[in-house]
Amino acid sequence: MARYIPPVQSKLGQIIDVIVLVVLSVGALFVPLWLGLAGSAKLPVPVENPTWESLGQNPVMVQQWNKLGFPDAASAHDMITARYDYSFSWMALAVMVIVIVGYFVMMIRLSDKEYREVIAEKFGEK
Amino acid sequence: MAHSEDVDHTAHGQSMGLLRVLGPAHVWALGVGIVLVGEYMGWNFAVGKGGAYAALIACWFAGILYSCVAMIDSEVTSTVAAAGGQYTQAKHIIGPLMAFNVGLYLVFAYTMLEAGNAITLGFLVDTVAAMTGHEGGLDQRPFIVLAIMFLAWLNYRGVLATLTFNLVITAFAFTAIIVMFLATSPLLGAGEMLHKDLMSGQASLPYGWLGILAAMHFGLWYYLGIEGTTQAAEEVRSPARSLPFGTLAGIMTLLIAATLTWYVCSGLLPWEYLGDGVNGAVAPLFSAAQISGSNALVWLLGIGTLFATLASANGCINDASRAWFSMGRDHYLPAWFGAVHPVYRTPYRAIIFLVPIALIFALGAPLDQVITFSILSGLLGYTFMPINMIMFRKKWPLDTIKRGYEHPLHPLPAISLMALCAVTYFAVFLGYGTQLIAMIGFYIVVSLWFHFWRYRFVKRADQFTMPWPRPRGY
Repeated sequence: MARYIPPVQSKLGQIIDVIVLVVLSVGALFVPLWLGLAGSAKLPVPVENPTWESLGQNPVMVQQWNKLGFPDAASAHDMITARYDYSFSWMALAVMVIVIVGYFVMMIRLSDKEYREVIAEKFGEK
Repeated sequence: MAHSEDVDHTAHGQSMGLLRVLGPAHVWALGVGIVLVGEYMGWNFAVGKGGAYAALIACWFAGILYSCVAMIDSEVTSTVAAAGGQYTQAKHIIGPLMAFNVGLYLVFAYTMLEAGNAITLGFLVDTVAAMTGHEGGLDQRPFIVLAIMFLAWLNYRGVLATLTFNLVITAFAFTAIIVMFLATSPLLGAGEMLHKDLMSGQASLPYGWLGILAAMHFGLWYYLGIEGTTQAAEEVRSPARSLPFGTLAGIMTLLIAATLTWYVCSGLLPWEYLGDGVNGAVAPLFSAAQISGSNALVWLLGIGTLFATLASANGCINDASRAWFSMGRDHYLPAWFGAVHPVYRTPYRAIIFLVPIALIFALGAPLDQVITFSILSGLLGYTFMPINMIMFRKKWPLDTIKRGYEHPLHPLPAISLMALCAVTYFAVFLGYGTQLIAMIGFYIVVSLWFHFWRYRFVKRADQFTMPWPRPRGY
């Protein structure tokens, strides 16, 4: 197999490549944050006039809350009642499975194509 | 030195190799140093997602996952003695695009972890200031910036000093967990553990069995980063012996530390407080020490938390820069990053370049988001490992390449690892599905960018640097 000679990349081209990668990676984290889509739906479930008992706290729990600087039930209310919302749609789950499996299948297939070139050039054609 | 003939000799520093100065203790310090902070912060989000019992079950299942990771990694890396770790493995076993992705998994997992460490350090400084009488709260940002800059400077100056520093502070942080356990458990201490009362009623499994699955998401945090030991492959004196020894000793250390940490924290803190790592127990061992009533324990765990965050950030800078450097050396990224410092023999350009990236995340994103981003990158890397292992054994059966370590029961660890990864994807999907899709979307876009654009600048045969025979089937 003929040896592949890569083109020489200009300095500007190298800088642009790095900028593209950085922008994409920063965007992957911050865009969901900016759009308010990131994070879980862990929200307090309001309890009217909360008491330790109505929040499901036994005396030992109350003693530990007091030591942590929460003198009454109202001060710990938001933390105690916050819950994740684990409801989900099967369609969303199916989309996630398709995206993850599709990503790995795509990557392995394209990698294999590139790998065969590497092996052919390294060890010669069979 | 591997690859030394491949680099671009025209650029400053690129004709040098990294220095082989490390022993097995440094490998242990690198792996455990990165991970031990996971016991000091972050794992407790698993309590928030499923309750204390769920977090314990997640701790053990994640322990199985990481034992598989350590076994698989030890076998492959005992034959691939080059910087880049799993990136270099992927390049030789699966192909360039997979390697590019794995390199990015490593860089982002470690850079995000570094950012998480810096956030925790800022919180700790603020808390100590409040405890010593300061009012109004501290601006944490200067401490975050200084910590990252100092550790980057240490990494810039040399790997031996960096990892010797890690060895000392990691040993201290691990000892602090043991002392905390002994001082609070009925074995030697006051026996003030309150598991029975704190985990009764609605507190036992607040989300039912679904919560146990969900807890696997942050269960990974107990151990995330142990696979980073392979990044030192090119700087270890005897990689075939030191890497498996350091990695396997590391995972055993972490299994002990994780279980003790869960025991101490869930026995002292209400699960709702423990599970809230943003407004509640940001540093749960430190919180447990505060509630124990012992000033000595507060100081010990405060210093332990500080050392654990520093050791982890230090190791993360080391590992992320090696992965970035390796990709630059292979021209997967601009070759400028593939330079070695002429005096200190470190990948100094990669080290410097990643500092502002870590700062962007440390100063601009909440802790749970940063941790999730790190976990997702790690999880994608663990999904790659069983595929990598199965292909490795298929392309080079045991009689074709001599391994420094052969992991037992193949393919059972690979299958177990894949199954646990599938469970963890579902766990992340429960509550953090948007980040999961955003992350995969990012990797799909950069994969296409690499395959159709960047790969044209890469020499083909030069990527294969191991003295291995032709792979079977090719």
